[in-house]
Amino acid sequence: MTLRSYVVSRILLTIPMIFILLTIVFIIVRVLPGDPVLLHFEKMENPRAMEEMRQKLGLDKPIWIQYFDYLFNLLRGDLGKSMQDYSPVASQILSAFPATLELAIFSMIIAVSIGIILGVESSKSYNKPKDHIVRIFGIVTYAIPVFFLGMIFQIVFGVGLRWLPVGGRIYPTMEPSGLRIPLSQPPGGFATHLLLSCVAGLVAVMMCVVALKIRGQKTTRKTLGLLVSLFLTVWILWALAGWRFITLGELRISTGLYTVDSLLEGNPYKFVEALRYLCLPSLTLGLVISGVFIRLTRSNMLETLRLDFVTAAKARGLKEITVTYGYAFRNAFLPILTMMGLQFATLLAGAVLTETTFSWPGLGRYIVDRINFRDYTAIQGAVVFYGILVSLVSLVVDLLYAYFDPRIRL
Amino acid sequence: MTRLEVKRSMLASIVPGLASLGKKGLAGWLVVIGTLIVVSIVFMTLIAPWITPYDPSTRGINVGRPLTPPNPQFPFGTNDLGQDMLSRTIAGGSVMLQVAVLSVIICIIIGVPLGLFSSYVGGMLDRTTCLVMDSVYAFPGLILAIAIAATLGRGVVNMALSIAVVYVPSYFRVIRSQVLSIKETPYVEAAKSIGAKNRTILFKYILPNVVPSIVVVATVNFADAILTAAGLTFIGLGVEVDIPDWGWDLANGRRLLPSGVWWVITFPGIFIILLALGFTLVGEGLSELLNPKLAER
Amino acid sequence: MEKQLLAVEGLTVEYWARRGRVRAVDSVSFTLDRAETLGVVGESGSGKSTLGLSLIRLIPPPGRIIGGHLWLEGTDLLKLREEEMRNVRGRKIAFVFQDPMTSLNPVKKIGEHFVELIRTHEPKTGREEALRRAEKLLNDVGIQSERINDYPHQLSGGMRQRVMIALSIALNPSIVIADEPTTALDVIVQAKILDLLKNVQNVYAMALILITHDLSIALERCNKILVMYAGQMVEYASVENIYNKPQHPYTRGLLKSIPNIELAEQKLEAIPGSPPDLLNPPRGCRFWPRCPSSIGKCREREPQPVETEPGHFVRCFLHEVAGNESN
Repeated sequence: MTLRSYVVSRILLTIPMIFILLTIVFIIVRVLPGDPVLLHFEKMENPRAMEEMRQKLGLDKPIWIQYFDYLFNLLRGDLGKSMQDYSPVASQILSAFPATLELAIFSMIIAVSIGIILGVESSKSYNKPKDHIVRIFGIVTYAIPVFFLGMIFQIVFGVGLRWLPVGGRIYPTMEPSGLRIPLSQPPGGFATHLLLSCVAGLVAVMMCVVALKIRGQKTTRKTLGLLVSLFLTVWILWALAGWRFITLGELRISTGLYTVDSLLEGNPYKFVEALRYLCLPSLTLGLVISGVFIRLTRSNMLETLRLDFVTAAKARGLKEITVTYGYAFRNAFLPILTMMGLQFATLLAGAVLTETTFSWPGLGRYIVDRINFRDYTAIQGAVVFYGILVSLVSLVVDLLYAYFDPRIRL
Repeated sequence: MTRLEVKRSMLASIVPGLASLGKKGLAGWLVVIGTLIVVSIVFMTLIAPWITPYDPSTRGINVGRPLTPPNPQFPFGTNDLGQDMLSRTIAGGSVMLQVAVLSVIICIIIGVPLGLFSSYVGGMLDRTTCLVMDSVYAFPGLILAIAIAATLGRGVVNMALSIAVVYVPSYFRVIRSQVLSIKETPYVEAAKSIGAKNRTILFKYILPNVVPSIVVVATVNFADAILTAAGLTFIGLGVEVDIPDWGWDLANGRRLLPSGVWWVITFPGIFIILLALGFTLVGEGLSELLNPKLAER
Repeated sequence: MEKQLLAVEGLTVEYWARRGRVRAVDSVSFTLDRAETLGVVGESGSGKSTLGLSLIRLIPPPGRIIGGHLWLEGTDLLKLREEEMRNVRGRKIAFVFQDPMTSLNPVKKIGEHFVELIRTHEPKTGREEALRRAEKLLNDVGIQSERINDYPHQLSGGMRQRVMIALSIALNPSIVIADEPTTALDVIVQAKILDLLKNVQNVYAMALILITHDLSIALERCNKILVMYAGQMVEYASVENIYNKPQHPYTRGLLKSIPNIELAEQKLEAIPGSPPDLLNPPRGCRFWPRCPSSIGKCREREPQPVETEPGHFVRCFLHEVAGNESN
């Protein structure tokens, strides 16, 4: 199978999977309880308010029309309106998501590094005391509820030692704003701006040419065409985006990730603070997930360390670190990459509990809050968002796998 | 006392069996230690009504001063309601064990036949089932369980149901891959060639061969179910306040942490870990004993 | 002793399994001169591959060398530190493995294997120069130099074994150990690979240890032959002596099982029985249950190797008397 047909078939497979997920979530939230509005109000006290909510949320229509509405609205990125305050669920989710993403990224980094280092060490001393200790560590992390570990960390490092903050993302009022540069209109307005913008296109083309030179490729007619279209695209995009910021009066870039935003703002103090707040939650989540990576790294390493090319590499007198990481680990890496994709789902699930433990204002907290309000449209929207996110991540991981494995590569 | 004696004789018959397992190396020891942990916790939960020093339910409110640190009278301290934490810790496993057992049973009842028939029949049915199962499997388990538990409402059965939905795909996948490989083995081919009925092949040839995998998945799944149940309780989707429950104690204790109250969460937490650890050890050991090659993976 | 390149004395290797110790190589001794070819012949499980790997101290755990000496140009390899031993591997002693399909790193290009090898042992060499040397080496073994940018899976088995040979001679080692280098290959390619080995051996003036289960290959291409059975050296002599005056019943059996193209209606004889379980070897001589000429004491005591004539060693009671006299 060529790389291209693999990519196409993998993408095509994602579509029915997302569709099935959406249907399952719809059945769970809308069909199973019978009437989410009734559940929201708990009692039949206020029939008028209930009727009003049904109309506002479109819950008065027949169930299959609701289903198609739900699917078509999703295509437009509309996740419905909250039962609590009738504001769009999608925008609430998007404002909560960066916090979860930041936590997930840092936890994943911690989990994978612990997993790889301990897994490799353990496999190298197979069946020796070091190996047994690492294995037991892996099993224990698997059995610890993430919120219990989080609370232990809070007691020890927060309440007891007072080293690290125990909750929240950053000290209130210290939220980093991201990059902000005041912009003024150039004399001559949009025309001058448009002319100046072509510099950006030229820079992009120059960078491309240098890259081609370094890789030693010759410029043919085909690459020339590509360069011209690159120039035009960058020029037009730069001009339009730049003009939008100019009319706003300033250039704003903020990612919602506090560590990144504080760097963009150029404020190292806020960066350190953001890291300090991240420390306990991401360590908690990372440690709990790391067991899977330890186990996987160890077993894959044990398998590859036995392979002929590892012995052959040793027989050529290569350095131990080259043999371990360049030979054994590089070939054990692809399953670990796949596992990273699979564990992303576990990570998000763990994040719900971690966020609750550390009052981390992410998507998990959002769901838990909405459960207390019995806000079923919001719960449904957030669950759908998680589902789509996980499907896309696993798609990306599978494509990366295909790219990294030279046996599949074209 | 007669109940106690029955338990003792049961224990006495288990112990020699366990001792022989210990001779099979590390994997055997994992099973022994895990079984001992699980059996003692189950035993403790069963006899809890007779051994708790105070009433662990709401009737036991204010048996001591609220938030008393551990002392000789209350070795594990008291919580903010003045309940004895030692009693609550001893009795707190019942909800989790019930949920776990129930959800594993539901999983086996749904997942195993589904896996058997789907993979044995093959074709469109198999492909569709696979796709549905894979979609659920890829989903963050706890979040799906939260959605279901939030719509179904509180209670042991509802918790077990929402956990079971999440883990059915694990059973399905294991059974399916096993059946697919067993279907190709010469003895099944031979049975087919002498005209054995499908039903005979399925139940007499294939099912006995997948039983070990079911046991392993179920044991590991016990740990997952317990942790998921604890998670659901922690975010407020557990059972009513009246029943002592480790998960509820943890959720309750979280609010008390900032004032330095460590004893309310510590002991229930340790017991959740022990219970999950016990099942994990058994699962780990069994999978290595039953299929040494699989355990390496 | 001076001119000897490699002298192995009483090398003993054991695997420490849970069920007991297995002596996979039992006090084997031999010598190897420069540019000489030694054939190590034995059935699978006779310990010949373990012997090969133990020469570069790479027996996989739970195996370990528990005794003996490995003199390489006067230094005992068994006394070196791991880091010093690493410098011997690849540079002084190179190894060609049995299965070329799995002996190259699947995620590295062919050229990278050479760059890595050369730059590990000669850190001053630049990347470009290493690649140029790789191209020349590949040419020497009959592979176009463009193949340097290929991944291993793009090459056939025979080509990969050529690459392995090129890798083994890259640093001009004094000894190449080839462990069944042709077993995994097609019959037609086998002869070519063996010719190539012979050829590079002559060009680079190396000593070669050829490990094989096929006595005919060893007879054809070696100067000396060491026959192994159940971890023990049973006969060790020059090719002429092995062929004309085989002394051990096992060697004779092996010779009789070689088909001869000149004798059209030859009856091939197989050695009855199968090799012993090394966890539980028979009492006395390890070969007696299969031996056509075993005598009473074969079942009682283990024979020791004796030198029946200069350079001809055999481990058999039938020749003990003669050996004692010549001593």
